[in-house]
Amino acid sequence: METYGSAGIAALGDQTRRAIFESLARQPKSVGEIAAELPVSRPAVSQHLRVLKEAGLVTDHADGTRRIYQIRHQGVQAIHGYLDQMWGQAMTAFQAAAERTARSEQATASQPSTGDTRQEES
Amino acid sequence: MTNTETFEPVRYAVTVPLSADKAFALFTDGYGSWWPGHHIGTVEMAEAVLEPREGGRYYERGTDGSECEWGKVLACDPPHRIVVAWQITAQAGAWAYDPDITHASEFEVTFSEQPDGQTRVELEHRNIGRHGSGAAGIHQGVSNPGGWPGILDNYAKVAAG
Repeated sequence: METYGSAGIAALGDQTRRAIFESLARQPKSVGEIAAELPVSRPAVSQHLRVLKEAGLVTDHADGTRRIYQIRHQGVQAIHGYLDQMWGQAMTAFQAAAERTARSEQATASQPSTGDTRQEES
Repeated sequence: MTNTETFEPVRYAVTVPLSADKAFALFTDGYGSWWPGHHIGTVEMAEAVLEPREGGRYYERGTDGSECEWGKVLACDPPHRIVVAWQITAQAGAWAYDPDITHASEFEVTFSEQPDGQTRVELEHRNIGRHGSGAAGIHQGVSNPGGWPGILDNYAKVAAG
């Protein structure tokens, strides 16, 4: 994990930036709407949005004379993909452990093994 | 305050040849016997622990005896269900425990014994959007070629094991 190099990474723990990110996760907003909701000036909001945008986490588009900022789906989906993969591995391992437990109990009880288990994913 | 639209819950289900009692015990008391080994501590992990009681701890113990929190048990109804706060996030490029419970996602595991004596175990990991900018850090971790690919290789070995 030593190769993190982007200047944007160091700023991810920033409380204000987190608040802005969470606000946008609820609903896309303009700079003015964010500044009205949080105790942050408009220039500061713009600066934070620039960092989030450079990190690939928010995107913006023109709406008349305003710019609307919103969460960038591809960026935030990464966490979902990570958890999905992790639980897929973990549940498979859990199932294997359960089958070992069942086999050892059946061996003790001298009962035939059914060996019939299924894994389902959604 | 949670954006459920941005992050769909992660769901998995398996059916195991155990009674609900035994499946629940294996998932909780036996956590360290099946967890594939993912950990966030700075030393090698000796064991992972999930305490099956409300308010119970969810943590790893390193080979040097150090402990690193992962979350907390929010609800526990043996042998039917357990709900656990997932307080691992990624800040400033490092995977870490975030003590602020409002930033935690949660996973719920239910155990339903079937007529044939097997038990269906369903897992749902939800409220992922609560990680906020932690999601950002995880995105960076996932996309960093020097980071997760090596760990995912280990996942594959465990799965093939």
